[in-house]
Amino acid sequence: MQALIEYAPLLAEGTGVTVALAVLSLALATALGALGAAAKLSGMLAADWTARGYTTLVRGVPDLVLILLIYFGGQRLVNTVGGALGFEYIEISAFWAGVFAIGFIYGAYLTETFRGAYQSVPKGQREAGFALGLSRGAILWNVQIPQLVRFALSGYANVWMVLVKSTAVVSVIGLADLVGIADKAGKSTRQTFTFFLAVLLVYLAITAVSEFLFARAEKRANRGMVR
Amino acid sequence: MKWHLVLENWDKFIEGVWISLHLTALALAIGFLLALPMALAMYRGSRAAPFARGFVYVFRGTPLLVQTYLIYYGLSQFEWVRGGPWWLILREAWWCALIAFSLNSAAYQAEILRGAFATTPRGEIEGGKALGLSERLVTWMVLLPSSLRRALPQYGNETVFMLHGSVVASVITIQDILGAGRWLNARYYVVYEGLIAAALLYMVITFALVGVFRLIERRYLRHLAPPKDDAADAKPAPKGMLATAMR
Repeated sequence: MQALIEYAPLLAEGTGVTVALAVLSLALATALGALGAAAKLSGMLAADWTARGYTTLVRGVPDLVLILLIYFGGQRLVNTVGGALGFEYIEISAFWAGVFAIGFIYGAYLTETFRGAYQSVPKGQREAGFALGLSRGAILWNVQIPQLVRFALSGYANVWMVLVKSTAVVSVIGLADLVGIADKAGKSTRQTFTFFLAVLLVYLAITAVSEFLFARAEKRANRGMVR
Repeated sequence: MKWHLVLENWDKFIEGVWISLHLTALALAIGFLLALPMALAMYRGSRAAPFARGFVYVFRGTPLLVQTYLIYYGLSQFEWVRGGPWWLILREAWWCALIAFSLNSAAYQAEILRGAFATTPRGEIEGGKALGLSERLVTWMVLLPSSLRRALPQYGNETVFMLHGSVVASVITIQDILGAGRWLNARYYVVYEGLIAAALLYMVITFALVGVFRLIERRYLRHLAPPKDDAADAKPAPKGMLATAMR
């Protein structure tokens, strides 16, 4: 207990790293998910196949394997290309490798979430927009997306919950996130159980807060609907 | 790229495949045995239900990696753990991984089974009772067979996720598929070969598992498939597998 209090500031820092990693990964995953869904819905064969290859790859390979590939392989690739272009040695940090890998992985899951949500918005909504003479962009932004949010939210919340837990794995490539710091602190104080138990509780707290926030968001997204 | 390195060390990868599959299968089986009583308790709302719910909440709400660390690195903090006969098991990475994976899978399976129990049509249970079956017989002959069928698609997902989760074993020194890949990269100072070989192996196994579950579903969920005569123009049966593949 004494040791835990001593390390509390470091653990808080680690929690900050974990949350930042999760939030940035979610942002990247959202962008990739939107892109993937657009590709699948575009009707263009090449785009559809690329998106399909992307989601198939991600579903077949465990997260840690992709993280290691992006961290070690990406490092080599960036420097092979960078070296040819005359750049100096570029180092990818564990943090950014984690953001890219986790964003890449969950972008594939969000592709499906967004595609499903887009298709759940009744066609008539879009047709009504056309009838009113709105541009395609205006229809997407003002008519379809606000309604799409309602359908996508529960899937989005689910992806977030899984994504947060997935960030723990980034500690394997040396990131000083919550797990990485607890690992070091636990081993140096010989109180590994105490520290990992604390980590468990922090993750539970993050989950509980997220559940609360998503419940509120869902209420807000459904404010126009009658039960 | 030096792909011949992978071919020359194929035996390491085969060993890795065996360890990954073996660990996954055992964890799923032990997880099932633990999950069944918990799911029944939650379904019936018995006195044990709050404990089962707490277990499920903790194990589903935290990363498998941390659970594994807690058992492998954490338990050795206590003198009495290191002193007892159980230390023979708890000092081995393999057993610790198996314990952690089994507990983790038990939590997810308990939730899957609870959901399947809760969606059993009431008439099936009432039918059993009307035939004069005891509560125990209704559980074994009506509730379980009916629910397990409905849980099949989610079981496919759980299997894939346990396989993918089992990479955590390589972090605590076990030579599973990823372990073999990392070993190859470290031994020959290469960057891509071992990891890409591991990724491909995981992919092949994943899609083989998906295929196997689709066959099992075709057999046991036949009553939900579209009728045969208009099968030609009917939509394909709802794909449970990987349609919601995530937890």
